[in-house]
Amino acid sequence: MSLKNRAVMVVGAGIAGIQAALDLAEMGVKVHLIEETASIGGRMPQLDKTFPTNDCSMCILSPKMSECARHENITIHIKSNVLSVKGKPGDFTATIVEKAKYVDPVKCVACGLCEDKCPVKVDDEFDMGLRKRGAISRYFLQSLPSEYTIDKEKCLYLTRGVCRLCEKVCPANAINFQDIDKEIELSVGAVILATGIDAFDPIGFGQFGYRSYKNVVTSLELERILSASGPMGGHVVRASDHKEPKNIAFIQCVGSRDESINHNYCSSACCMFAIKEAIIAKEHMKELDVAIFYMDIRAFGKDFDKYYEKSKNQYGVKFIKSKVSEITELEDGTLKLRYVLENGEIKFKNFEMVVLSIGLEPRKNMRELAGKLDIQLNEYGFCKSNTFSPLTTSREGIFVCGAMNGPKDIPESVMSASGAVAETTKYLRLERQEIKEKKIKEIDVVGNRPRIGTFVCHCGINIAGVVDVKKVAKEAKDLKNVEHSEDLIYACSQDCLETIKKRIKEHNLNRIVIAACTPRTHEPLFRETIAEAGLNPYLFEMANIRDQCSWAHMNEPEKATEKSTDLLNMGVAKARGLQPLERLPISINPKALVVGGGLAGMNTSLTLADAGHEVYLIEKDEKLGGNLNNIFYSFDKDPQVLLEDLKEKVSNHKLIKLHKNTKIEKIDGYVGNYTTTFSHNNEKQNVEHGVVIVCTGAKEHVTEEYLYGKSDRIVTQVEFERMLKYNQLPSPKPKNVVMIQCVGSREEGRMFCSRVCCTKAVKNALIMKEKYPRINTYIAYRDIRTYGFREKYYTELRDKGVMFVKYDIEKKPDVKLVDEFDPDSKALVTVFDPIMDKEIEIQADLIVLATAIDPLPENDTLAKMLKIPLNEDGMFLEAHAKLRPVDFATDGIFLAGLAHNPKDIDESLAQSKAAASRALTFLNKKAILAEGTIAEIDESKCTGCRYCEQVCSYSAIEVDDEKGIAVINNALCKGCGSCVATCRCGALDLRGFSNLQLFDAFDAITMTDILGE
Amino acid sequence: MKEWQPKILAILCNWCSYAGADLAGVSRIQYPPNVRVIRIPCSGRVDPLMIMKSLQSGFDGLLVSG
Repeated sequence: MSLKNRAVMVVGAGIAGIQAALDLAEMGVKVHLIEETASIGGRMPQLDKTFPTNDCSMCILSPKMSECARHENITIHIKSNVLSVKGKPGDFTATIVEKAKYVDPVKCVACGLCEDKCPVKVDDEFDMGLRKRGAISRYFLQSLPSEYTIDKEKCLYLTRGVCRLCEKVCPANAINFQDIDKEIELSVGAVILATGIDAFDPIGFGQFGYRSYKNVVTSLELERILSASGPMGGHVVRASDHKEPKNIAFIQCVGSRDESINHNYCSSACCMFAIKEAIIAKEHMKELDVAIFYMDIRAFGKDFDKYYEKSKNQYGVKFIKSKVSEITELEDGTLKLRYVLENGEIKFKNFEMVVLSIGLEPRKNMRELAGKLDIQLNEYGFCKSNTFSPLTTSREGIFVCGAMNGPKDIPESVMSASGAVAETTKYLRLERQEIKEKKIKEIDVVGNRPRIGTFVCHCGINIAGVVDVKKVAKEAKDLKNVEHSEDLIYACSQDCLETIKKRIKEHNLNRIVIAACTPRTHEPLFRETIAEAGLNPYLFEMANIRDQCSWAHMNEPEKATEKSTDLLNMGVAKARGLQPLERLPISINPKALVVGGGLAGMNTSLTLADAGHEVYLIEKDEKLGGNLNNIFYSFDKDPQVLLEDLKEKVSNHKLIKLHKNTKIEKIDGYVGNYTTTFSHNNEKQNVEHGVVIVCTGAKEHVTEEYLYGKSDRIVTQVEFERMLKYNQLPSPKPKNVVMIQCVGSREEGRMFCSRVCCTKAVKNALIMKEKYPRINTYIAYRDIRTYGFREKYYTELRDKGVMFVKYDIEKKPDVKLVDEFDPDSKALVTVFDPIMDKEIEIQADLIVLATAIDPLPENDTLAKMLKIPLNEDGMFLEAHAKLRPVDFATDGIFLAGLAHNPKDIDESLAQSKAAASRALTFLNKKAILAEGTIAEIDESKCTGCRYCEQVCSYSAIEVDDEKGIAVINNALCKGCGSCVATCRCGALDLRGFSNLQLFDAFDAITMTDILGE
Repeated sequence: MKEWQPKILAILCNWCSYAGADLAGVSRIQYPPNVRVIRIPCSGRVDPLMIMKSLQSGFDGLLVSG
């Protein structure tokens, strides 16, 4: 197949679509990002906080959104849908329809005057109908692209031919009622689908009274209520009377784990979602009483159990294992819950607010989309994929990520998105990219006296309606070093940008300060503009007089004008100290080092090698495969076939240099330029490479509990699986087999869920039932965590008569040997059964222990070599729990597999693809540019105290032992300035944000005040 | 005589609090105009010296947020 295409269509711009688009764009691929709504962002902007770190959802997402909106390789098509995809993989023609927006995106300045004046008020979809919006609106406040669009169905002019008010008030002449829907053909090599999920609509669930009882809300509605930018301003109040509730009940699994509606799957995220909302609500109101009614708490992700425990112990959230059978509304709006405890006892309790933890379901239009794209859906209507190819659809060249093929939380969506990107690379013509040459020669300003130009923007009436813009511009003329000052109607419009460039030439300006909107959106544009005029882009400063002034002080024009003058003064003072900064190129060695030859390591290596990169794969054992060697069954294909296939491909790939029985001695260097020494039979070898991928895995915990090791009839699940495979069950065939879950997991010292054990127990119990139907199986568990589509097998096992006994951590099952001196002794298991409300005794012929997954003790050595962190459990700690699940904070180092956290085969496959993809964003470049605003050191002042070394999250500063002074690695420094603040000797400073610049800015306004008085 | 108003300096992290101040504007939330914002790349950049210096410069109060 001769590949020619270098473009990919990504459908859906939620977090998965955004991640996929960014990874592709960084590899030099052109991306068409298709989004149905009027903004990229998807579900995340609706969320207030994210678990388990309680990060503000919008705060962590918006940098990715703006990077996506700004990237030169990404074209965003909002209000667009896919009509068809024709052709072959590598050479598809996709047809999309881009709906009319009726607002010119180039002219719109997102001031919102149109929406204020719009006479139509309709339910706002983003705020779940808790707020109204106009027919002309933005999807949400931080929408990107930021322009407004008109809702054709709701607009008075477009439906009835009257109104046009928005057109009259728009100061930028951006309204265009002549706009039409456009069909666009795209030539792409591959397609990534990321259309996400819908939240389950509980309106049909009569017993909960949703919509008929006002104080029953969904978890998503509560999320908007909790959000500070939401309809209630972040106050937890009831919809009926806007009063703070005294107590709240959460009802779990509404629309999940429910065979009656063909939702025999677990939505995976709702338990944590509810716990998070409970915690946040409690943070808002300490006195609030929160109860969560649940079946099983499925806190199976990284650090989730710690969060769950915290909710109970620190916040006092109550958990009640029970099904709520009915809710009735009392006269004052209070809700009376009828629920049944495990032992059958019926209880009643009143709550002032009830939250339905709604599940996730396939998007409404899935069938239609599947038809258009010719892809298959699974039994529940999600996009179909399977365990061993979790990112592929039924059609070659079309891949899937995010929750579209099954419920996922954010990090898994991000992983699958990066993973899907790796899958597309074989259909694209990729080349290593060079750094683009600067087109315009830069004017040398070093040593020249600052000649500052200031420009004050009206932003139509957005600023000028409040601030006396002309006065601000005039007063700036008197400031020291200001050679030119003027006001502009729309500083960001093409003609004004030309004016700025012209003034730079006319007045020989060498620093530019623009007082306008926020640098967070407009700094890149203005920097580009001054660069076109020959100035170094860092010779630029902005004063935010719109978002942080005119819009915030609309009724105080004089004070706002005064503040604008001050902000501009500060900008000018800071600009005086600006120096041209260089973004130095760092060359990237195209080879990779993969540490660990298990499933994740092999899959990462193959993906990188298939993309044309040489890989050094280091395995400490003599055998490849790691833990996969012990897995014989899956719900899909034979894991041993997968293992053999990977082993063969890895061993025969000409670009993979396999080193078994090999130990890593030393890793030196930084992104793009690593040198590693490893040894094999005491023979050392040095290799050079550009990135490192950590796939070292984890191991099975060796327990001393439950008399393990005292009898051959007490085994682990791993041992049991082997016995099943090779028909080695004790003879005569056991009558009773007891499985005990959470052996070592979820308790003091190992407060995490090992994630795979519930599914493994269910899987092995099912296989045993199939092979030996007459064996009785008992499973003693704490919560059954068969998340996602694994739920089906759990219900199947229950239907087959396997007995599940829930035990409490305080009352663990008791195991006694029948004959202590017999190495093959049977045992007696005693466990309290909450359903029968009494202790039961089981004569066990075989006990199977689901032992925890432990991090490797040698993680510590590798972490020190690479200067990367471990979490408190000893697992490798990624750069960000939600949005950077395969990266480390240090550029050039990536993570996949069990070394990150316990996970299943499909998840390791997706994550290892993701790690490869993230590595390719570096490897596909010949060089990258370091940041311009980075720390710098005055060597004469440094005492080598190492404080800076300790605070740097990016391992970018290190004390040179020979010289005894700190050395900054320009390639790794992100310019956060933590080292500068820590430096006791004043040896460090931050370029572009130097101490002197900031102090001058402080002085700029207070001094004028003092002098003025 | 006008009532005395303190002059407050807000040192805000670009990624969270500065974005929050932008959002306040976008949402048209009104607050007293006697605060001056300076943007920094990370709250880790805040040197103890900055706190002393801002007060020395004549500010009456300081808000560090990140």
